[in-house]
Amino acid sequence: MGTTTFFDKVRQQPLMALFFFIGLTIVIFVIATLFNLLYQQLVLNPDNFLAVSRDSAVLRSIWLTLYTSFIATLFALLAGIPLAYVLARKEFFGKQIIEAFIDIPVIIPHTVAGIALFSLLMKKGTVGSVFASLGIVFQDSMWGIVAAMFFVSYPFFVNSAKDGFLSVSPNLEHVSRTLGASQWRTFFSISLPLSIRHIASGAIMAWARGVSEFGAVVVLAYYPMIASTLILYKFNTGGLQESQPIAVLLILICFVTFICLRLLSNTRRR
Amino acid sequence: MRMIRIEKLGNTWGDTFSLKDISLDVEEGEYFVILGPTGAGKTLLLELIAGIYYPERGHIMIDGEDKTSRPPERRNIGFMYQDYSLFPHMDAKGNIEYGMRVRGIDPEERGRRLEELVGLLDISSLLHRDVTTLSGGEQQKVAMARALACYPKVLLLDEPFSALDERTKSRLIHEMKALHHHERLTVVHVTHSQEEALQLADRIAIMMDGRIVQVGTPSEIFSRPSSMDIADFVKVENIWKARVNECTHDTLTLDLYGYEVRMARPEQFDCTEREVRLLIRPEDIVVGSGARTSARNRFHGVITAVEQRGFYHVVRIDCGFPVVTVVTKNSVEELRLEVGASVDIFFKTTALHVVSV
Repeated sequence: MGTTTFFDKVRQQPLMALFFFIGLTIVIFVIATLFNLLYQQLVLNPDNFLAVSRDSAVLRSIWLTLYTSFIATLFALLAGIPLAYVLARKEFFGKQIIEAFIDIPVIIPHTVAGIALFSLLMKKGTVGSVFASLGIVFQDSMWGIVAAMFFVSYPFFVNSAKDGFLSVSPNLEHVSRTLGASQWRTFFSISLPLSIRHIASGAIMAWARGVSEFGAVVVLAYYPMIASTLILYKFNTGGLQESQPIAVLLILICFVTFICLRLLSNTRRR
Repeated sequence: MRMIRIEKLGNTWGDTFSLKDISLDVEEGEYFVILGPTGAGKTLLLELIAGIYYPERGHIMIDGEDKTSRPPERRNIGFMYQDYSLFPHMDAKGNIEYGMRVRGIDPEERGRRLEELVGLLDISSLLHRDVTTLSGGEQQKVAMARALACYPKVLLLDEPFSALDERTKSRLIHEMKALHHHERLTVVHVTHSQEEALQLADRIAIMMDGRIVQVGTPSEIFSRPSSMDIADFVKVENIWKARVNECTHDTLTLDLYGYEVRMARPEQFDCTEREVRLLIRPEDIVVGSGARTSARNRFHGVITAVEQRGFYHVVRIDCGFPVVTVVTKNSVEELRLEVGASVDIFFKTTALHVVSV
C-alpha cells in the first residue's frame, strides 16, 4: 500500500476530517477558558495565589465543600442503590412516573430547587420543624448544604447505578439462586460486584456535581460559605483580584481529586 | 421412581404469553427432552421448574416433595442457560465452587468435589482461566461442573448445545450422554433441535404454543405424531389423504389414490372415521427396481426431483401421489436415480401411521 500521509487520510474520509475539526472547537473552548485562568494566576500573579492558598478561611470553605458533597454522595449511595436496583429489575404501575420524578432536579433551575428545599426544610417548614425539634437545623448549616447537594446530585448516581444493574443479566442472578444463594447473597455476590464500576462512576459524578453546586445551596445555607458562595462574595466585594485565586485553587483541587477517583475506579476493572 | 411430577401447571406473563395446563412426569435417571419450536414457552417452563417464577396454577413436585412455592435456592436443582451465564468476575474455579461456598461446605470437601468434577469433565487446564476468554465448549463444561457441584436432584438444561459449532456440538452431545449414564442424572433438556432430541432423549415431550401436545419415546414422536401440527414440526414429509374402505377389529383397509392399503388397525382408531391422513417418514420408504417380497405395499412412479440434503439425497417421486424418500449417495449412483426415471417404492405397513383429520 505504501505510506499513507495525513492528507491521504483526509481525502479518504472527508466527513470524519470535517467533523473532527468542527468538534475540536469545543475542546479548544474549554481548554482556553481554564488555561487562561490558570495562566493569569499561576504565571502572572503567583504571589497573590500563594497568599490566598494559605488563607485559612479559604481553605476551610473549600474543605467544607468537598466533605459536604462527600456526605451527600454517601446518602445518595445508601438510598440510591436500592432504588436503582428496583428500577432496573421490576416493572410496576407508575414506574415511568417515578423515573420522571427522579430526573426533575436535573431539569429545574437550581435556585428554584433551593426555594423548594428552603420551604420544606426551614425551621418553620413542614419537615424542617420536625428536624429542628430533634436538634438538626438545615437553615444556614452544614446539613442544609448537604441537603441541597444531595437533591441536585442524586439523579446522576441513581441513573448510573440503574444502568449498572441493567447491564447485569438477570440470568446470572437466576443461576446464583439455583446454586443455593438467597436473594440477599445473590445481590451482594453477583449483582453488586458486577455493577461496581457504574456505581463508582455514578458516585464520582454525584460528588463532582455536589462540589459544583451553588444555586440550591446559597438559598438554603448562605452560611457557612462553601467555595462557590465565597467566590461570588469575593467577586462582588473585591473583584477578580480576590475571587480569581480561590477559583484557581478550587479547580486544581477538584481536578486532582477527580483524576484520582477515576484512576481508582478504573483499576478495579481487572 | 418418579423424580419430577408437574400437575396442571399454568402461568401468564403480561397479556402476551401463557403456559396452559401442563402435566408431566419425569422418572429418576431419565433423560427427558422438551422439544418445540421457538416461542413455545420451553424456557419459561424450565424456569418455573427451577423456581425462578412461581406459577399461578398447579403444582411442582421434586423427589416426592411439593416445591411449588419454594424459592430456587431450596429446590436442589442444577440449571444451565443457553448462554451458560458464567459469573464474569470469577475464574472458572470460582464459578464451580460458588454453590459450595454459598452452602458453607468446608474447604477440604470443596477441594475433593472440585477434583472429582475436574476429572469427570476433563477441565483441569481451565480452572484458573478468566471465564470471558473461554470458548463456547469450554464455557459449557465449566457451567456443567458448576451446576453439578452440589449434587442436584435434577439437572435442567436450556438449549445447551445451540451456541456451539457443529463439531463441538457433536462431541459434547456424546460426552453428555456418557455423563448422564455415568452419574445417573435426571435431566430435563429443552431444545428446538430434533437431532439433539433423537440422540439424547429417553422420552420426548412436544411443546407448542404454551402446551405439551405429545409425550413419548423418540420413535413414537417421530413416526407416530398425534396431530398434523406435530407431524409437520417433526418433518414427516409424506402426508397422504386416504379413505377408509373397511374397518374390522384388527385390520384397516384404506384407499390411497386408487391403491388399496391394508394395515393393522391402531388401538384407538375410531371406525366411524372416513377421511384420514396416512403418515410415513421419508427414511421408511425404500426405493428399488427389483422385487422385494418383505414389503407388501409396492408402488410404481416417476422421479420428479433429486436434491442433496446434507449427506443424503432426497428423491421426490410421483406415484399418482407425491412421495418423498431419502437415499444415500451410493444408491443414487447404483440405481441411476435421476429425474424422469421410473422406480418402484416399498414400505412396511407397520411404518404407516394414521391420523384423523
